[in-house]
Amino acid sequence: MRYYFKTKQLSVGYQAKPLIRDIEIGLEKGEILTLIGPNGAGKSTILKSIAGQLQLMGGNVYLEQKDMTQMSGKEISQRMAVVFTEKLRTELMTCEDVVATGRYPYTGRFGILSKEDYAIVGEAMELVHVSGIKNRDFTKISDGQRQRVMLARAICQEPEMILLDEPTSFLDVKYKLEFLSVLQELRRKKGLTVIMSLHELELAERISDRILCVKGEYVERFGKPEDIFKPGYIRSLFDIGAGSFDEENDSMELEAPAGRADIFVIAGGGTGRKVYRRLQRQGRAFLTGILFENDLDYPAARALAAGVIKAEGFEPIRETLLMEAREKMDSCQKVICCKRTFGSLEKANEELLAYARETGKNVEII
Amino acid sequence: MQRNRKYRYMAAFVLLGAGVLVLLALNICIGSVKITLPDMLRTLGNQERNGTAARILWDIRLPRAAAVLILGGALALAGYLLQTFFHNPIAGPFVLGISSGAKMVVALVMVFLAGKAVRVTSASMILAAFVGAMLSMGFVLLLSRRVSRMSMLVVSGVMIGYICSAVTELVVTFAEDEQIVNLHNWSQGSFSGMTWENVEVMAVVVAAAFAVVFLLSKPLGAYQLGEAYAQNLGVNIRLLRIGLVVLSSILSACIVAFAGPVSFVGIATPHLVKKLLGTTEPIWMIPACFLGGSAFCLFCDLLARCLLAPTELSISTVTAIFGAPVVLWVMAERKKERVA
Repeated sequence: MRYYFKTKQLSVGYQAKPLIRDIEIGLEKGEILTLIGPNGAGKSTILKSIAGQLQLMGGNVYLEQKDMTQMSGKEISQRMAVVFTEKLRTELMTCEDVVATGRYPYTGRFGILSKEDYAIVGEAMELVHVSGIKNRDFTKISDGQRQRVMLARAICQEPEMILLDEPTSFLDVKYKLEFLSVLQELRRKKGLTVIMSLHELELAERISDRILCVKGEYVERFGKPEDIFKPGYIRSLFDIGAGSFDEENDSMELEAPAGRADIFVIAGGGTGRKVYRRLQRQGRAFLTGILFENDLDYPAARALAAGVIKAEGFEPIRETLLMEAREKMDSCQKVICCKRTFGSLEKANEELLAYARETGKNVEII
Repeated sequence: MQRNRKYRYMAAFVLLGAGVLVLLALNICIGSVKITLPDMLRTLGNQERNGTAARILWDIRLPRAAAVLILGGALALAGYLLQTFFHNPIAGPFVLGISSGAKMVVALVMVFLAGKAVRVTSASMILAAFVGAMLSMGFVLLLSRRVSRMSMLVVSGVMIGYICSAVTELVVTFAEDEQIVNLHNWSQGSFSGMTWENVEVMAVVVAAAFAVVFLLSKPLGAYQLGEAYAQNLGVNIRLLRIGLVVLSSILSACIVAFAGPVSFVGIATPHLVKKLLGTTEPIWMIPACFLGGSAFCLFCDLLARCLLAPTELSISTVTAIFGAPVVLWVMAERKKERVA
């Protein structure tokens, strides 16, 4: 298959020391590839090597079947733009000036911008919503604004491909979403191909067509997000020790409290999560149930509770399970019930609450 | 915004141009023999070459003023290139030891050639100074790979400067030949004793270097953003860096060959000019720096000649008085920005 962008046995590293070997990437035009992996795994090194800023330690990078090392600086600059974590050095430059530097590959000998160039600069700034700060000094704007100005600058370069190193790191949630939406829009409108590194796994999963997992000396995995975000994989990729990451729900939980559980939480339908997390903050171990496997509370319960009494989804709760729950409850002093009304399929939980009262537990209803 | 800027640039250039012209006239008119402005204009207009005043004007004041104009501009430009190269606001040919390196080699060559009774030409002086400048530059570059902090780089440069100056002093002290009596004066920095032949040579060299620098203004602008981004914009970083080193060395060498080491003009002028223009765009900065350096040096040379007349001060004494505070101000300003 002929890919638009392709790396073949690419090895990257610093000072003749290969850090990551045999990287094989294949992208269609207009696809978004995200690099994920632990800090220091070499995501930036890969991006810099593709951009031609670091000498390749081996292998080749092809853009439309053409070896990128054979391209002139000018050709590359018109096809590939970058937004790196290195700060742009500026002095006495307004945001508009900074964006205008993206026109460099298209201007003449003295780099003077034409009316058309300024129109493109204006358009790029409009697209990422920074027109309002165009006359502000680039050094005196917030990190989030700076990041968007940098994106406008890259857009202004009218590239076919854009490389971004942790572009969302300094952005608040609003701008994170907006930033990625702009990338999607560019992909739709102009067929822009994107390679970037992200720390936000949940965003990576949503926006990417392909994901490259970088860890250690080799690329761990390369593929579609649905093939990457398999249960347990993120935990192993990042060597997560404390806390947990749930690939199916993109949720993170802190480490479950240790010790003997003496609280029983009756929950379901999303009512329990906040309570679990409060107990986690207080460092108090707890048991919870009875939860259907497809309940909103279930992922958090699995991550945080010392024990979960779970029932098969869409099936009535069996009597034996209720017995087991009663038994577990016997070992607890306190019972927290997050529900006031119970649906017809969770009469078991109602019975459980009654049992707690009968046995004289300290019952708290939330 | 774009239009406002154009006006500001124009105003700045008019100011600098007028400043240079006025100072040029003052430098020609003021001195132990006073020449009035109408006298000067008449003498120049009629190409009069007889009479004491006319001779002083044509043989002493005019070549000297022309040399100050050219070398002052070259010095500021060299400083600007070095500041750009090292991304360091307090770089300059003097603090990085480049002037002193050039001075050392020139002194060695002069003493050596004087011993053989060979006449030293302007061109060979420039060549010697260029070799010295490149030598110091080489050391600074080697050190800059090891020390990345800009203050440390400057300290290294100052150290190199001291070593070179010490060697120069040694050579000058032990040389007894009459031909190098002037060497001591020169090694302190002075614009005195310029001839038209000197001026011709320096004009050619500086004009050529200026033209090349001006043609590099586009890649220089990208280089200011940082190497990573410049490279992505298609700039050949290696080539540009070599160009910057060679050009700044040629310019520094030219000054040292004719006037000896002149301090602080190279550091201070680009900052003053930058504030005046309100931009760092090379296409404006390059010519403005040149004019600014000319004006600064003309002003300082005038003071050097007149303050304690008939004794002449060394030019560096005067440039330091006006230049050093600018450097301090720049550093204070930087600090403040980083805190904020």
